[in-house]
Amino acid sequence: MFNKDRWKEILEVLTSNWFRTVLTAFGVFWGILILIILLAAGKGLENGIKSDFGDIATNTMFMWTRNTTKPYKGLPKGRRFNFKVDDVQSIKDNIPNLRFVSPRNRLGGFGGGNNVVRGINVGAYNVYGDYPEIIKQEPMAITSGRFINYSDIKEKKKIAIIGEGVKTGLYKKEEKVLGTYIKIQGISFLVVGTYKKKSNDGDGEEAQKEIYVPFTAFSQAFNRGDNVGWMAITANDGSSISNLKERIVALVKENRKVHPEDKRAVGNFDLYEQYNRVESLFGAMRFIAYFVGVLVLLSGIIGVSNIMLIVVKERTKEIGIRRALGEDPWSIKLQILMESIFLTIISGMAGITFGALFIYGINKMLDMNGPVDMFVNPSVSLGVVVAALMILIVSGLLAGFIPAQSAIKTKPIDALRAE
Amino acid sequence: MIEIKDLHKSYKMGSNSLHVLKGINFSVKEGELVAIMGSSGSGKSTLLNILGMLDELDEGSYTLDGVPIKNLNETKAAQYRNKFLGFVFQSFNLINYKSAMENVALPLYYQKVGRKERQEKALKYLEQVGLKEWATHLPNELSGGQKQRVAIARAMAAEPKVLLADEPTGALDSKTSYEVMDLIQKINDQGNTILLVTHEPDIADMCKRIVHLKDGVIIEDKKVEQVRASQYV
Ligand SMILES: Nc1ncnc2c1ncn2[C@@H]1O[C@H](COP(=O)(O)OP(=O)(O)O)[C@@H](O)[C@H]1O
Ligand SMILES: [Mg+2]
Repeated sequence: MFNKDRWKEILEVLTSNWFRTVLTAFGVFWGILILIILLAAGKGLENGIKSDFGDIATNTMFMWTRNTTKPYKGLPKGRRFNFKVDDVQSIKDNIPNLRFVSPRNRLGGFGGGNNVVRGINVGAYNVYGDYPEIIKQEPMAITSGRFINYSDIKEKKKIAIIGEGVKTGLYKKEEKVLGTYIKIQGISFLVVGTYKKKSNDGDGEEAQKEIYVPFTAFSQAFNRGDNVGWMAITANDGSSISNLKERIVALVKENRKVHPEDKRAVGNFDLYEQYNRVESLFGAMRFIAYFVGVLVLLSGIIGVSNIMLIVVKERTKEIGIRRALGEDPWSIKLQILMESIFLTIISGMAGITFGALFIYGINKMLDMNGPVDMFVNPSVSLGVVVAALMILIVSGLLAGFIPAQSAIKTKPIDALRAE
Repeated sequence: MIEIKDLHKSYKMGSNSLHVLKGINFSVKEGELVAIMGSSGSGKSTLLNILGMLDELDEGSYTLDGVPIKNLNETKAAQYRNKFLGFVFQSFNLINYKSAMENVALPLYYQKVGRKERQEKALKYLEQVGLKEWATHLPNELSGGQKQRVAIARAMAAEPKVLLADEPTGALDSKTSYEVMDLIQKINDQGNTILLVTHEPDIADMCKRIVHLKDGVIIEDKKVEQVRASQYV
C-alpha cells in the first residue's frame, strides 16, 4: 500500500500541474491556519483573564456589611451593623462543605491618610486583621520570615507581615526588615514576614501595599470588640460556593436581625460565579473558533474534492488504460484517496506550521514589548494539533471519496473511449 | 483457446437499441493469428472488447482457455485481463507521463512483481521490439511506429494467453504498418495466439486466418496463406 511506486505516482500526479495543486492546497492551508490562530487567540485571552484571578481559590465568596434598607423586629431601617465573631462559628456549624471561613477587619483603604509610621518614614496602607487561612484564599508568596499562625491569634501577638511595596516605602534598600517595629495608628507591631502577591493586573502595585496582622490583635489594638467587617468563605472542592451563598447570607441576616428580604444589607461577591461566567465565555469563544475554522476548512476540503474530481475526469482515459492492463479497481480508488489525503495533509501541515510560527512571533513580540492587559501567551495545545491532523486525515478521505468512486464508476470500455 | 457460442450484443441508446452482434460462433486455437475484418461499424471492436472482457456480452457464452467468462465483478475481470490478455490499441494508449520502460512494466506492477524484476523484464521486451535504447524516453518523444512497438511490448510483458489488437496499424503509414506486422508475426511465430482487427486487406493477408464480419454475423471464415511482412520492411 505505501510502496515507493505508489508515492512516485502520487507525486507525479500532484506535480504535473503545480499551479493548480498549490491553489488547491491553499484552501486547506487557510482553513487550518485560521482554526489554529483563532484557537490560540482565544487561549491568549483566556490566559490573560485567568491570570487576573491569579491563584485565588476561585471557589470563594467575600461578604461585608452595609446599612439596612428595611426595618425589622423593631429595628429601624438605615441601621449600621457589623458581623460578629460568633457569626464565624455559626456559619461553620450550620453550613456544610465549607473549607475556610475567615473573618477580617480593615484599616485604611484607598485614599486614606497616612496610618503607618516607621521612624521618619510614613505611608498610607491597608491594614488587615486576618486569620492564617487567608493565605490560602488569597495566595501570596512569603518572601522572608513567616505568615500569621494560630499561636499569634491565640496570644493576640502584635506582629505584622508587610508587602514588598510597604517595605520599599518604609525601609531603605539594604535595611533589615524582620525584627523591626512599625507603628500602625500609634500602636507598635513587630514585623515577622514579608510577602509578594502574584498579580499582573493594574492593581499589582496596590496589592503589595498591604499589612497583615493577627485578627485578634487587630480587634484589640483598634477597639473592634467582637465586630467583623468582612469575611472570605471558601467551599470544599466539589461543592460550589455559589450554591451555598444564599444560605450563608440568610444565616448571618438572621443572626444580625436583618430583614430576610433586605437585599442590600449584606454585600457579597462570588468569585466562583464570576469565574464560571468567564469560563463559559471561553467555551463560547472556543466554539466559535472551531465553527469558523472548520467551516473555512470545509470549503478547502470541497476545493480539494472538486479538483480531485477534475483530475479524475482528466485522467479518465488513463484510468481506462490501467484497468485494461489489469489494475484492480480498489488500487485505483486507493490511489485517488491517497492523493487526496496526501494533498490535504501536506497543506494542512503547512497551515499548522505557519500558524505555529505566527503564534511564536506574537509571543516573541509580547515578550519584547512587555505584557498586554488581558492577553497572555497565546498558544495551542498538542491535543489541538493532533485533533487538527485527525480532522485533516478524515477530510482528505472525505474529499477523495467521491472522486475515487467516480474514477471506477465508468466502465473501462467507456473510459478508454474518452478523449 | 477461445470459444464463443451464439454471442449477442446490443447497445441501448435511450429507448432505441442497436443490435450489433447477432449470434457469433467461433473458436480460436492456440498459436493462431486471426484477422477480424469488416467494414466500419460492423461490430469488430465490439467483438474484440467482449473477448477482452472490457465489455459484457448480452447473450451466449465465452470460454477462455477453459475458463467460462461470465458475471465477472470488476476485480475479477481486472485479474483475468491482467493474467490472460494483452491489448494493443489503434491509438497506442501509452501513459504519457511514464517512460517507455515504465509503460511496459505496468502490467507486471499490477501483478505485484518486484521493482527490479519488473525493470529487467520490461527491458527484455523493449529489446525484443528493438527499442531498448528508448527505454527512458517519454511517449511523446517517440514516433507512431515506436509507440505502437512499446504498446506491443507492454501487451506481451505479462505473457498473456491471447494478444488482442484493435487496428494496430490504423494510425500508421504503410511502411511502419509492415514493421509492426513483422513484429506481430514474429510474436506469433513464438507460439502466441493473436486476434487482430483490421479493415485493410493487405494487413489481413499477413495473418493466417481471416474472419469476415458483416451486419453482426460472420459471413466468411477462411484460412489463408500468410504473407510475410519482412519482405516489405
Ligand atoms: N458504446 C456504444 N454505444 C452505442 N453504440 C455503439 C457503442 N459502441 C459502438 N456502437 C455502435 O455499434 C456499432 C459497431 O461499432 P464497432 O464495434 O465500434 O464497429 P467497428 O469497430 O467494426 O467499426 C456501430 O454502429 C457503433 O456506432
Ligand atoms: Mg473499431
